[in-house]
Amino acid sequence: MTAVTTAADLDFTHGHTQSRLFLTDVWVLIKRAIARIRNEPETLMDVTAMPVIFILMFAYVFGGSIPLPHHGSYHEYLIGGMLGMGLAQTAPGVAVALVSDMHTGLMDRFRSLPMSRWAVLIARSIAELLTQMISAVIVVCVGLAIGWRVHTSAGNVAVALALALLFGYAFTWAGILLGMVLRSPEAAQQLGFIIFLPLTFISSAFVPTQGMPGWLQPVAEWNPMSALAAASRKLFGNPNPAALVHSWPMQHPELAVVAWSVGMLLVFAPLAVRRYRRVALG
Amino acid sequence: MSDIPAVAAEGLIKKYGTTIALDGFDLTVPQGTVYGLLGPNGAGKTTSVRVFATLLRPDGGRAQVLGHDVLKQAADVRKTIGLTGQYAALDEYLTGRANLVMIGQLSRLTLDAARRRADELLERFDLSEAANRAVKTYSGGMRRRLDLSASLIGQPQVLFLDEPTTGLDPNARAMMWDIVRGLAADGTTVLLTTQYLEEADQLAARIAVIDGGRVIAEGTSAELKSRVGGEHLEINLAAGQDVEAAMLALKHFAKGTISQNDIGGHLAVPVSPSEGLTTEVVRALDIAGVSVNDVTIRRASLDDVFFALTREAA
Repeated sequence: MTAVTTAADLDFTHGHTQSRLFLTDVWVLIKRAIARIRNEPETLMDVTAMPVIFILMFAYVFGGSIPLPHHGSYHEYLIGGMLGMGLAQTAPGVAVALVSDMHTGLMDRFRSLPMSRWAVLIARSIAELLTQMISAVIVVCVGLAIGWRVHTSAGNVAVALALALLFGYAFTWAGILLGMVLRSPEAAQQLGFIIFLPLTFISSAFVPTQGMPGWLQPVAEWNPMSALAAASRKLFGNPNPAALVHSWPMQHPELAVVAWSVGMLLVFAPLAVRRYRRVALG
Repeated sequence: MSDIPAVAAEGLIKKYGTTIALDGFDLTVPQGTVYGLLGPNGAGKTTSVRVFATLLRPDGGRAQVLGHDVLKQAADVRKTIGLTGQYAALDEYLTGRANLVMIGQLSRLTLDAARRRADELLERFDLSEAANRAVKTYSGGMRRRLDLSASLIGQPQVLFLDEPTTGLDPNARAMMWDIVRGLAADGTTVLLTTQYLEEADQLAARIAVIDGGRVIAEGTSAELKSRVGGEHLEINLAAGQDVEAAMLALKHFAKGTISQNDIGGHLAVPVSPSEGLTTEVVRALDIAGVSVNDVTIRRASLDDVFFALTREAA
């Protein structure tokens, strides 16, 4: 055994301001998420390989059989929908990561430390935003490769990407809430799948809502995924059949995305935080 | 400062639905000792530790760590404690060193201090070679040692070890025991829960026996043992001997009721040990005309204490 350091020899940060301590905690936990990706790049499969597979599948397998009004290009249509799917489908992964941290006791360890209480959830949401940016870049690159083009200005593209990330951030909090409520990583994985698969497909992400049965059309039109798809297509200048639909979110897709995202954040974030507090001091 | 108990609990109550996990739990752990909470599964050991570590809100009663209330001054409590649970609470995908530096920084060490302390603990717990490997490649014993290092990185004054050796092989267990003894020698207060009587006996200066969510006995291991009658003489009579005559001859030595087993050839006599006791007993039996196969002195083990106390409670 080596000589023992006493507390007096160690530098503590107790004198730092609360906000600085909070930022340090968030940064340390974001570094953790980044280190994990560096050590196990395959954990990024859901935001890297999945969008590529979906784009190629829809562009070359299903796309030929999906007619668009006014004979628009399906490849150009696809990318606006794929962007939303790529971002939203990271939510089950967030839930799995949080449930795993509870499972292994790491969450208990965090709670027994003198660290900021909210840093754990905030850091997770920011780390997720970073992976969502990777996902967006991949969707854009694969899109360019299959012939997707932007027909508007750089400013419009920036707005579209900002809307997409806001939307993705809101979905992350849905995933965080899921992680706070569920008990096992398997349950989080499966429930995430059950929630997010219909959410993606009962929307205009891959097919125009016009082809759906009448009773299903309003569901698809009010689906936040459709709002993001329509907003992206509009801003990119891509074929946007939703413009022909006379429902509010399809006529004002950018506003709808902001409303949905802010609404989801206002509901899911406080619920997740409250649940975290409750689990923290059951 | 040192008159303040490291941990003090008064009448803690915790219910989960109809299950009562803590039922009037009282405890005082003095500073600078290894204190054992001994009890079977479901006795309330882990629940009480979770209350002390600010992880669980009790339904009733009070608990303090170094004078800080676990509910009202939870932030102060967290600055003074370290917790090692039954599972290795680590990030499997990070290296051992990265885990320690992370926990160190979250324990409010500066980055430099966290790195320095991480290396020191890795060295101390024989993990230097594995320091840059992902934790998922570690053996059970290595995980527990790393987990313990993580609890120690912020220099806690009070350390909670919740069943630190459950599931470890004998070698790893012996290593953990050495580590706990080393911590005690450094003056850290350790509150250790265990279901192993031997572990409490080996490590803890004082022991609280827990059953049904409350402390049913408390004291040093020697005090607890003396509560169930201290030493016994165990006498095996030769076949066909007069048990009544033997009992009569032994009455003079007995400090309590002499018990006999079903077939009568085996007697247990509570005694207070004295010089030449065994010789005198054998001589007395000889005079009474009873012949003996075997006489041994048996000291009460913590097992005896434990079974006697939990039987009383039931």
